[in-house]
Amino acid sequence: MPELTYLEAIREGIWEEMERDDRVFMLGEDIGAYGGAFKLSAGMLEHFGPRRIVDTPLAENAFLGAAIGAAMMGLRPIVELQFADFITTAYDQIVNYAAKARYRWGAGIPMVIRGPAGGGVHGGPFHSNNPEMPFVHTPGLKVVVPASACDAKGLIKAAIRDPDPVLFFEHKLLYRRIKEEMPREDFVVPLGKARIARAGKDVSVITYGAMVFVALEAAEALAREGLDVEVIDLRCLVPLDEAAVLGSVRKTNRVILLHEDTRSGGFAGELAARIAQHAFAYLEAPVMRVTAPDCPVPFSAPLEEAFLPQAKDVIEAARQLKAY
Amino acid sequence: MMQTVSGELGSRLLYYMKFMRELEHRIEKLYRQGKIVGGVFFGRGQEAISAGSAILTEPGDVVCPSHRDLAAFLIRGMEPWVIVAHYLGRRDGPTRGRDGNTHMGSLKHHIISYISSMAAIVPVANGVAFSFQYRKQSNVVLCYFGDGATSRGEWHEAMNFGAVFKLPIVYICNNNQYAYSTPVSRQMAVAHITDRASGYGFPCHRVDGNDVLAVHEATKEAMARARRGEGPTLLECETFRMSGHSAHDGAEYVPKELFEQWARKCPIARFEKVLLEASVLSRAEIEQIDQRVEAEVEEAVRRAELSPYPDPAELLLNVFADTSEKQSPIALPKAEGN
Ligand SMILES: Cc1ncc(C[n+]2csc(CCOP(=O)(O)OP(=O)(O)O)c2C)c(N)n1
Repeated sequence: MPELTYLEAIREGIWEEMERDDRVFMLGEDIGAYGGAFKLSAGMLEHFGPRRIVDTPLAENAFLGAAIGAAMMGLRPIVELQFADFITTAYDQIVNYAAKARYRWGAGIPMVIRGPAGGGVHGGPFHSNNPEMPFVHTPGLKVVVPASACDAKGLIKAAIRDPDPVLFFEHKLLYRRIKEEMPREDFVVPLGKARIARAGKDVSVITYGAMVFVALEAAEALAREGLDVEVIDLRCLVPLDEAAVLGSVRKTNRVILLHEDTRSGGFAGELAARIAQHAFAYLEAPVMRVTAPDCPVPFSAPLEEAFLPQAKDVIEAARQLKAY
Repeated sequence: MMQTVSGELGSRLLYYMKFMRELEHRIEKLYRQGKIVGGVFFGRGQEAISAGSAILTEPGDVVCPSHRDLAAFLIRGMEPWVIVAHYLGRRDGPTRGRDGNTHMGSLKHHIISYISSMAAIVPVANGVAFSFQYRKQSNVVLCYFGDGATSRGEWHEAMNFGAVFKLPIVYICNNNQYAYSTPVSRQMAVAHITDRASGYGFPCHRVDGNDVLAVHEATKEAMARARRGEGPTLLECETFRMSGHSAHDGAEYVPKELFEQWARKCPIARFEKVLLEASVLSRAEIEQIDQRVEAEVEEAVRRAELSPYPDPAELLLNVFADTSEKQSPIALPKAEGN
C-alpha cells in the first residue's frame, strides 16, 4: 500500500465516498479545473465531471445555503471553504439554518463543511484561524479535527456518511508534512472516539489537530527526563469522547490541555470543567492549559512563533506539574 | 483620438504607474528569494485604475484599496520602504509585522485597510462615507474591489445602502476577468458588473481600465457628483490580471492568447505613447522618470531590509486600547479628528 499524505488521504476518502454514493458531491470556489487552492480536489473534475465537482461564484452564504437545501432533499453535499477563516461569511446559514433544522422540524441536514484551518504557514490574521469554537458552542453541529493521515481519511468518510451537519477542520500545516500507509480495506473512523496517540502514565496531554505533533515532540523530550507522557488525540470536539479524557486523567492524575486556538473560550476550558466535575478526586495538581494567547494570529515569523504553542511550553508545563 | 493632459499630471500619473509596476517586480523578486513569505498579490496590468483615480483625492478624502491597487497607497503618501518592510514582516511596516502583503492601512494617510474576506470592505467604506455626510464634510471615498467580490451578499447589501443614503462614494471595480481561477462567465450570468449594479439606483459606467486618462476622467466626474451630494457612482474598469492570482499561481488556466492580447494593451506603454505623441513629455523626460523610479525602489528595498523583525514581547499589545500610562510601543497613527 502506498503512503498517502494527509491531503491525499482526504482526497481519497472523498473520492471513495463519491464512487460509492452518487448523492455525494462537492462544491466550492476554484475546486474544478484548478483543483482547489491547495489542490485537494486535483483530478476530481476530470473523473467525476462538473455535475459533481461544482465550481461556485465567490459567495459563501449562497453556496452553503444551497448545500443545505440539497442536503434536505437527500443529497450529500461537501462544501469546501477555500480557507476555514471565511466560514464567518456564512455563519448565519450554518448556525441558524443547518444547526437547528432537525431540532425544529425534523429536517436532517447530512452535509460536510470542510477546509484548511490553523497557522504555522505565515498566513497572517485571515488565513491562519482555528475557528472551531463558535461551532462547538452551537448545538446541532459536529466538529471534527483530524491529526493523522489515516484519521483524516477515516473521519472524512464518517463525516460524509453522517446524518447531520459536520464541520471538518483540516490543519493546513499537516497537508503535505505527514504521510501514512492506509489500511487496505474500506474503513471509517467513527465520530466521537478519541485516540491514544502515545500511552504514558505520568502526565496526560489532551489535544487535537496539529498540536498532537507538538505534544508528541514534548513527550519524547520528557521521556528523557523520566516523565512518561500520555497524548490523547481527541479527533472530534463534538461529539466528545469524554470517557477517554476522564480515563486518561484518572490514570495519570496530571493533565495538560493543549490547543492552537486562543485561550479564553477555547476548548480547554470545556475540558477543564468536565475534569473538575468528574475526576476532581484523581487530580494531584491543578489542570494546566497550554494554548495560543488571546490575540489575532500575527503574520511576521517571530510573532507567529511566539503565538503558536511550542513543545517547550508543554515541557515547561509538565515539569511544573511534576514539581507541584 | 488624442487625449489632452498637462505635463504635470501626465508625469505624475506615469510615475505612479511605473512605481507600482517596479515595486511589485521587486516584491516578487523578494518572494522568489524566500525573503517574503505567504500570499503576495500583484496589480500588474491594472496600474491605471488605482493611479488614475487615487490621484484625484484631496487630503481629506479616503481610499479603500483592494489587493491590486498599490498605486493608491503610494499616492496617499505611504512611504515605499514602509510598504516593503510590511511585506517583509518587519517592525517598520504599518502593522508592525502583524499582517502582510497588501493587508495594510494607515489612518494618517486616509487609507482604510481591506480584510481578506472579499467585499467586506464595501460596507465599511460606506461607513466612512457616512461619516463625511454626518459631519457635513465635502469629502469622498474611493472604494475598490474585484469582479469576484461582487457576487457576495455583503456587496449587494452595501450597494443598496450606499444608494439609499446617497453616500459620497465611488465604487471602483477592477474587472480583471478572473477571480482566482474563476472567469467572469462563471461568476455571473450577466455580461457586466454594471448590469448587476444598475438596479440599485445610481449611475454605473464601463470604463477602459487600461486607459489611465479614461479612468481619471470617469472618476473625476463621479467624485464631483459625490461632492455635490448626489450619491454614489460605480465604475467598472475593464482590465486584465497580468499575473497569477498570487505569486505562487502560474495561471495555467488562463488561455495564453488572452495574456498576449492584453499585453498589447499595457496601460503604461499606452500612456507613454499618448504622452509622446502629444508632445506632453519627451523621451528624455520619460527616461528620467524611469531612472527616478528605479533608484527610489532600490532605496526602499535597501532601507526596508534594515528594519528589524518585531519583538515577540509586543505580541499581546494593542489587542485593546492601551489603558496604561506609558505610551504603547506600537501606538498606531490616528486620523485627525479622532
Ligand atoms: C469571502 C472570501 N471567500 C474566498 C476568498 C479566497 N479568495 C481570495 S481572492 C479570491 C478571488 C477574488 O477575486 P476578485 O474579487 O475578482 O478580485 P481579484 O483578485 O481578481 O482582483 C478568492 C476566491 C476570500 N478572500 N474571501
